[in-house]
Amino acid sequence: MTDSALRELADDPSSRKRFFKMLGGAGAVSAFSVALAACGGDDDESSSAKPAPAPKSADSNSDLEILNYALTLEFLEADFYAQVIDSGVVKDPKVATIAKKFGSTEQEHVDALTATIKKLGGKPVSAPKTNFGPTFDKGLMATLEAAADVENLGAAAYLGQAGNIKNKEVLAAALAIHTVEARHAAALNELVGRGFGDGKGGLKGSLPDGPFAKPMDMAAVLAAVKPFLA
Amino acid sequence: MASSRLLVAPELAAIKVHGMTRESFLLRSTLAGAAAYGTLSATGLVTKALADSSSGDVDILNFALTLEFLEAEFYTLAADQVKGLSDDETKLTEKLRDDEDAHVDALRATIEKLGGKPAAKPEFDFGGAFGSRASYLKTSNTLEDTGVSAYNGAAPAIKSTEVLAAAGSIVQIEARHAALIRLVRNVAPAPQAFDKASEMEAVLKAVKPFIKA
Repeated sequence: MTDSALRELADDPSSRKRFFKMLGGAGAVSAFSVALAACGGDDDESSSAKPAPAPKSADSNSDLEILNYALTLEFLEADFYAQVIDSGVVKDPKVATIAKKFGSTEQEHVDALTATIKKLGGKPVSAPKTNFGPTFDKGLMATLEAAADVENLGAAAYLGQAGNIKNKEVLAAALAIHTVEARHAAALNELVGRGFGDGKGGLKGSLPDGPFAKPMDMAAVLAAVKPFLA
Repeated sequence: MASSRLLVAPELAAIKVHGMTRESFLLRSTLAGAAAYGTLSATGLVTKALADSSSGDVDILNFALTLEFLEAEFYTLAADQVKGLSDDETKLTEKLRDDEDAHVDALRATIEKLGGKPAAKPEFDFGGAFGSRASYLKTSNTLEDTGVSAYNGAAPAIKSTEVLAAAGSIVQIEARHAALIRLVRNVAPAPQAFDKASEMEAVLKAVKPFIKA
C-alpha cells in the first residue's frame, strides 16, 4: 500500500472503519499502526477503533502552543481597547460604542482561550505587559489606526495557523474567532477612512489583500506586535 | 442534495479516482453502473454510505461554489437594479461583486485541479430583494453572514491543508464583506464574539428560496 493511500485512510475515520473490516479486526489494528509508523505517520486522533496510540504529546503540544499564541494576541487586543476606553480619548459615540464592543469581545476571546488551554491540560500564558503609550501619544486617529492594523494582523495570524491545528474542535473554535477578527478589521479600517486598501497586502484597508486574505506566520506576527509589548 | 447529484451517471463517470479512497470509488462505480442500467434504487443504505465517504473536499468546495455563484449573481444584479445607493454604496456593491466573481473562478479551478466536476451555476430568483436600498442591504447582510457560517461549519471536515487554506482565505473576505454591509446599515459589524458555524444541510435549506433550478 502506498504511503499516500495509507495516510488517506488514517485521515478519514469512516473509510478507516471499512478498512479494518476488510482486514478482519483486531489483528489488523496493530498492523495498521505499525505500517503507519513505518511511513513516518503519527496523528490518529479521531478513530473509535484505536490502534496503538501514536505519541500524542507532540500534536497536543503544538495545538497548545497555537492556542497560547492566540491568547497572547487576544490579551494584547483586549488591553488595547480597555486602555483606549479608560483614557476617555474617544469622544465620537459611534466609535466609542464600537471600541467598547470590540474590547468586550476580545475579553471573551481571552476567557475562552484560557479555558480551552486549561481543559486541554495546558498552562495559559499570562497577560503580557503592554506599551501603548507611544501610540496613544500620537493622538486618537493614530490610536484607531493602530487598532485597525492590529485587527488585520489578528485575522492574518489566525488564518496562518488554521492548517497547523490538529484537533478539529480547536480548529472550529479558531475559525469562529478568525472571522470575528476579520469583521473588526474591516470595520475599523473603514471607520478610520482607509477604504478597501490597495489589495496588495500591508495590513491597511478593509480588504487589504483583495479577494483572498493572506495568512501570516507566527514569527512575522510576533515581530509586528513587538512594538506594543513592554 | 448529494443523492440527486449522484443519480446522473455522466457526472459520476467524470469524477476521477484521484483524491478519493478506493472504497468510495467502488461505491460510486456501483451507483453509476446501476443508474446506467436503470436498476438504480439508491437504497438509503448505499446513499448514506456514499455520503459518508464522499463528503470529501470536492463536495465541500462545490457547496461553497454554489454559495459564491449565488452571491456573485446577487451583486451583479444589484449593481444594475438597486436604486438610491450612494456613490460609496455603489462602489461597495461593485467591489463585493468582483470579489465573489473571483471566488467563483478560484473554486472552479480548485475543484478541477482536484479532479472533480464543478457544480453548474443554478438559476436564481431574488424576488423583491432589489426593490429598495433597504431590502438589498438586508439581503446582502443575510447572505454574507450565511456565507461565513457555512464556511466555518464546513471547514473542519476539509482533509487537505491546501483546501483548508483556500477556504480560510475566502471566509475571511466574506466576514469583511459582512462587516462593511453592516456598517452601511448602521448595525453592529461583529455582533457576536464567536461566529456561528452552520451545517451544510441547514445552509442549503436557507438559500433554497433563491434557487429556481
